[in-house]
Amino acid sequence: MITLEHVRQRAESDAKTYGYYLNPDPDFLQDLLEGIKRNEERYGYPSCPCRLASGKFEFDRDIICPCDYRDPDIEEYGACYCALYVRKDLFEGKTPILPVPERRPLEKQARAYGKAVEKHVAEKPSETATVIAKESSEIKLKLWYCKQCGYVVFREDPPYICPICKAKREMFIEIKIRTDMYG
Amino acid sequence: MKVAKVPGKNSKHKVFVYALSTCAWCKLTKKFLKENEIEYEYVDVDLCEDEDKEKIKKDILDKGGDLSYPTIIVDGKIVITGFRKDKLKEALEI
Repeated sequence: MITLEHVRQRAESDAKTYGYYLNPDPDFLQDLLEGIKRNEERYGYPSCPCRLASGKFEFDRDIICPCDYRDPDIEEYGACYCALYVRKDLFEGKTPILPVPERRPLEKQARAYGKAVEKHVAEKPSETATVIAKESSEIKLKLWYCKQCGYVVFREDPPYICPICKAKREMFIEIKIRTDMYG
Repeated sequence: MKVAKVPGKNSKHKVFVYALSTCAWCKLTKKFLKENEIEYEYVDVDLCEDEDKEKIKKDILDKGGDLSYPTIIVDGKIVITGFRKDKLKEALEI
């Protein structure tokens, strides 16, 4: 069972690791943590409480808290999109906490709305396999490596900021692997 | 689609909120409208059926909004993305 305390501790520990703070408004923080808990219960993973999730792990991977957009958002706006994580000056009230514009690309957001078509097709069992194949081919996972520290990640897109050495996205290069078959 | 109606003394403008049941900013928006006695309707999009989600997406994008919550639509045309008090006050003339 997922407890609210567990969700809180996990967020606190992550904030500490990255030098961030949790939202200083206790009621707002409570609402966010409850939202994350609710998402973890219904989807099986703690997706962002302020974004619509598809319920499919591969589609929602980038919005699982802490989301892919947190670091660049905190760098630019002082808070992440839902404002669970904030920078010190916002935590101390020196800078107001304002809504952060959505950085997640529209095509990724739209994946949470595409189920109607899939459901329609899935009603016919013979075509179900095609739907699954289409879905998995939609997301192409690639290997990326950080030129600065060598960190390697297998994701759709490279991180905005390297979690190891904090290098910017531009430092990531795709590793292309070719498999040849002989014999 | 399950649309909830919240009564209020001020019904000068037609206010519609697309929200998420888990979103803290959406909760703040609803609280702000209630405190200002604004009559409004809302839908928690995450609790909607898939076909309704499709309609909601189309509606928000057609009106020039983003797929971001809360999305507040005033009089069917003014779209406010996010809990922007200044923009809400201006649109609602409060």
